[in-house]
Amino acid sequence: MPGPPTPFTLSEHELRQRALRRARRRESRTAWAFVSPSILVILGLSVVPVIWSLLLSFRADDLVTPGRWVGLDNYYALSRDPNFGQAVRNTLTYTALYVPLSIVLGLALALVLNRRIRLVGLYRTLIFVPFVVSATAQGTLFAFILDPQFGAANSVLHALGVSPQGFFTDPAQALFLLVAITLWSGLGFCVVVYLAALQDVPRPLIEAARLDGAGRWHLLRHVTLPTLTPVSVFLVLWQTINALQVFDLVYVTTKGGPLGATTLIVYFIWEQAFKNFTAGYGAAAAYVLAVALFVIAAGLRVARGRESRRLEGATR
Amino acid sequence: MTATVTTPRQAAQADVSRRGRARLPFSAWHLLLAPLALIFAIPLVWLLLSSVMSNAEINRFPPALWPSRVDLGGYRYVLGNALFPRWFANSLIVSTVAVASNLLFGAFGGYAFARMRFSGSRSLLVLMLATMAIPFQLTMIPTFLVMKRLGLIDTLGALIVPSLVTPFAVFLLRQFFLSLPRELEEAAWIDGCSRLRVLFRVVLPLSRPALSTVAILTFLSTWNDLTWPLIAINHDNQYTLQLGLATFQGQHHTQWAAVMAGNVITVLPVLLAFVGAQKAFIQSITSSGLKG
Repeated sequence: MPGPPTPFTLSEHELRQRALRRARRRESRTAWAFVSPSILVILGLSVVPVIWSLLLSFRADDLVTPGRWVGLDNYYALSRDPNFGQAVRNTLTYTALYVPLSIVLGLALALVLNRRIRLVGLYRTLIFVPFVVSATAQGTLFAFILDPQFGAANSVLHALGVSPQGFFTDPAQALFLLVAITLWSGLGFCVVVYLAALQDVPRPLIEAARLDGAGRWHLLRHVTLPTLTPVSVFLVLWQTINALQVFDLVYVTTKGGPLGATTLIVYFIWEQAFKNFTAGYGAAAAYVLAVALFVIAAGLRVARGRESRRLEGATR
Repeated sequence: MTATVTTPRQAAQADVSRRGRARLPFSAWHLLLAPLALIFAIPLVWLLLSSVMSNAEINRFPPALWPSRVDLGGYRYVLGNALFPRWFANSLIVSTVAVASNLLFGAFGGYAFARMRFSGSRSLLVLMLATMAIPFQLTMIPTFLVMKRLGLIDTLGALIVPSLVTPFAVFLLRQFFLSLPRELEEAAWIDGCSRLRVLFRVVLPLSRPALSTVAILTFLSTWNDLTWPLIAINHDNQYTLQLGLATFQGQHHTQWAAVMAGNVITVLPVLLAFVGAQKAFIQSITSSGLKG
């Protein structure tokens, strides 16, 4: 028996398949049109520069005349550069002070401001407002307030009978003043983030703990703080990244001085690349910073994973 | 990284606290909070006060802590300086373009990643997410070189191009779009709407909270930035307000009233935006980091 005649037209199934494929292709084209501006800008100005920066760090380059390949010389020079060593030490000191202080004080303030007190909205606003003030404006303002001659700070100290201070001109004080100023402006961020997180502490959990006879301290220690852990980890990461990248404030207030006391690592990079015109050297320093940031982020990621697993185990 | 939306529960809580506030007794916490809030407020109050002092009052020792009369000399000096209004305009142009283009391109990119199927979308998304972890300091030197090749150094273009769209805008909007019900879009789509029309007529009107988050954070970061303008701009005609303020302070150290007047003008737009949209501001700040 002969088989069925070969059809002149495509089967129903085949037709549907083709229409689907055509629709897919059209959708794919539209999608690419939608994402291409973002891809062009974002990848063009991040992936390309990351590779370029690495190549630059192996070169002696002044950004104007053609550079030459020097291999690992920049990194070797960095390891022996006392100014780079000082910048790293300053940055670590700054970070080690700013991050824990901003988080502990931010949490404490958030716990207080989470209570039902009169004027609590006003307090929250006043503490948050400095956050929106640019670092340039902060720097200008505090350079003025802390001016050894004309500043209001010395004037107040004078009235209190304290001898006038050097502030930013004193190498022993300058770095700590920077920490204080960034605490003034950055604390509000931690408070706001913690306040938002405190809203999400499950009420049944608190009530259950109360019924079990938990006091205020136990409630904080065993219910509130554990539920805030993910937020705290986020804040540590966020504040650390910010602390390692401080530049604007330094540029406006001290320009890294006095005697390099406030040269933080980003200021060092900028100085090398755009002031001393040793861009390759600056790029090498930037790579060291980036690797450090990456290690911190990876470490926290691991810690976060372990922490969340531990918490899951506790609630099960 | 979804934007926070006020839930009915939160709204109810806010309502309760509003009604309850009048009955709240004096709390001992005021003894701690009032001085603390004062410390946070004083520098900004001092900024305002010193901007209306005369130079004589500022330069005597000890300087006056309260202006004897309102002296607008500082403002007159700053606004009479032909460059200052120019810097203000430059900042406004750069920030406005950045906000508009982040909303537009962020919405396009976010929508494609949230709702469309195309080859390579997963890996592209991961790649873009990864770029958020790259510190700016690593890319600033080569970005300068890229801008130089494009001939944009010393023009506002050098400030605008890198801030056209950020991975943050794309991701935030993508996350928000994913949280919207698909059914609405499908209904419009079946009715014959194009993707573009669905995006603009259905999706975006529902995305107000996410859009305002992107707008606020983009404005804040572009208006307040100093590092990149410092690198990309040399000629004082093209300065932004922050860059202008930084150099103005260096050159006019003795004209503190003028420097502080310039400072007030730099800070004011952000403060006004904050006061005007406090709730949206706070929500955008928290949603930028929480629930990532």
